[in-house]
Amino acid sequence: MSAVRHTGSIRRRLLLQGVAVAAVLSLLLYLAVRGVAGAAIQTTQDSVLGTATVIIAEELRGGEDGVSVDIPYAAFSMLGAVGEDRVFYRILVAADTVTGYADLPLPDRAVTGLTPLFYTVPYQGAEVRVGAVGRSVLVDGRRVDATVLLGQTRTAQVAITAQMANRAAALGLGVFALAAVLALLTARSVLSPVNKLAEAVGRRGPQDLRPMVRGVPRELVPLVAALNGLIARLRGALDRTETFITEAAHHVRTPLATVRMQAEIALRQARDDATRASLRNVIRAVDNAARSTGQMLDHASVIYRSDQRAEEVLALDQVLRDLAAQADPTAEMRDMDIALDLPEAPVVLAVDRLLLESALRNLLDNALKYGHADTVVDVLLRTRDGVATVQVCDRGRGIGAGGADALTERFARGDNVGDVVGSGLGLTIVRDAAKACGGRFVLEPRTGGGTCATLHLPLG
Amino acid sequence: MRFLLVEDTPDLGQAVMDRLSLDGHAVDWAQSLAAAEDHLAVSTYDLILLDIMLPDGDGRDFLAAHRKARRDTPVIVMTARAAVSDRVALLDTGADDYVTKPFDFAELEARVRAVLRRRGGAAQTLVTFADLTFDPLGATVTVGTELRDLRNRELRLLEILIAGPDRIFSKGQLHDRLLSASEVVSDNAIEVYVGRLRKKLEGSRARIETVRGVGYRLTAA
Repeated sequence: MSAVRHTGSIRRRLLLQGVAVAAVLSLLLYLAVRGVAGAAIQTTQDSVLGTATVIIAEELRGGEDGVSVDIPYAAFSMLGAVGEDRVFYRILVAADTVTGYADLPLPDRAVTGLTPLFYTVPYQGAEVRVGAVGRSVLVDGRRVDATVLLGQTRTAQVAITAQMANRAAALGLGVFALAAVLALLTARSVLSPVNKLAEAVGRRGPQDLRPMVRGVPRELVPLVAALNGLIARLRGALDRTETFITEAAHHVRTPLATVRMQAEIALRQARDDATRASLRNVIRAVDNAARSTGQMLDHASVIYRSDQRAEEVLALDQVLRDLAAQADPTAEMRDMDIALDLPEAPVVLAVDRLLLESALRNLLDNALKYGHADTVVDVLLRTRDGVATVQVCDRGRGIGAGGADALTERFARGDNVGDVVGSGLGLTIVRDAAKACGGRFVLEPRTGGGTCATLHLPLG
Repeated sequence: MRFLLVEDTPDLGQAVMDRLSLDGHAVDWAQSLAAAEDHLAVSTYDLILLDIMLPDGDGRDFLAAHRKARRDTPVIVMTARAAVSDRVALLDTGADDYVTKPFDFAELEARVRAVLRRRGGAAQTLVTFADLTFDPLGATVTVGTELRDLRNRELRLLEILIAGPDRIFSKGQLHDRLLSASEVVSDNAIEVYVGRLRKKLEGSRARIETVRGVGYRLTAA
């Protein structure tokens, strides 16, 4: 799986998207809370300021010589309740300031009636919120317009607004943190069906090409359908390959068998040495062709199975017994014997049967092919330190001058094979099959002549 | 021995039949599974030689049905498929043995002999000559009352000679039939095996005579 190139992670993308959405929502929440809280504080403050202004305005008394005002303490105490703000007032009759701060700015609209008008102006180095009401007062029997301005700096209001903003920010951060955790959990749970599916596919054995039937979320149905389509095509391709190999084998090997059989019959009837020699060459060529195609297929299947895990538990001693029994008629033809030296207790190991049999069969084949007639092939099985050792030793022509290592190369044959039919793949198959079984293969000259092939296989 | 050969390829079927007849075996040849069933219904055989790919079915299905019906005629499959997995599968189906096409006739003979010996129930095929009683299946020769074991090549040599008493076989002919085509042996290999067989026949009236410059023949004194 390490060969798969990945272009980013869905989980990270889901997580990042979730976190980004949470951040935007948290920011909006913060701004909304701060805005609403600010407006609410403003309204509350304005209403207090307005009430105080109205109270002052109601204290205006008209008399014969002018306007008198008795500014009530209550009006200031209402305002004074809020922190260290400074308070300014200005009372005008018509356009003349009668008392208070004469430079406190007037509103930009006319003030009429006791409904307060509010505005914010800079004054004495601070922002000042001013409430303004107007009232008619009787002075000497005439009706004059009086205006009352009451201003207050906004320090307390700003402080409260800042406090509210902090709370809104804390709220926003809290919501963000919660949303981020939820995004993480969501990303994880959204991907869990994908992981389960991957696990189910990964657990399958090498021969398991059944379609997937497990239930998956609707969104994964196209993926599973595509996977099943691929599996079906793969099975189709394998079936076609299988059919091809079977038919190719049949259509090539059957005529070869005919040629060989006819050559044997002709050989039996031929009287002249030259004819017999060429007939023997025909037979040898047929055997070589058949042997090579068979061994190439075997090697291909050994390589294919090396990547798979198709192990089964079997008794190595029994496998050797069976293989020796099958090879016995071949040995008999050359007056050779196969001598088995096996331990009494079964030697059990978990291994791919096909790989093991390919290796052992090739070793036996070689011993019977290259061993001299009338000799014994010794097959020995021993276990030590968790390793089973199978040794197949012959009394034959030996390894040759090229050395043992060269013989395990593809299509390599010793310089002493003479006319013995072979493909040069047998020992390659043994080496690769042994490696795939986690084992090791050693080929050595045998003391006293011949060759010893040793296979070390780990038990368990 | 009596063989049933089930093989649909005419050339190969004819060749195998010819080759078996050369050694004096009786062969019935079926070119389909149906024909094979017909033969089995009316005759008994010592051995069935079965191809796998036949026009009317798979030889392995035939084999499974054959075993299920508890017919015990031994079967040797002639398969074109040589992979290890195919061989394992074949033996699991109930074949007694198999040969992979193209096969060496001597190997087929050796496997037939091994199967029949294992089954123990084949027809007795004792051959007598002078005071010899030869049992090719049991790989023994009885000289008078004394039973002697024969190695495979001694057995096949005796088989060749006893089939044509008084006939002279050249060294070359014996070589072709006794040794595999791919085997390289010294010129005196045949002399070695003749020498061994002579030793096994010691004390018999039958003896192997050297015809100088021509070959060998089996004669009785």
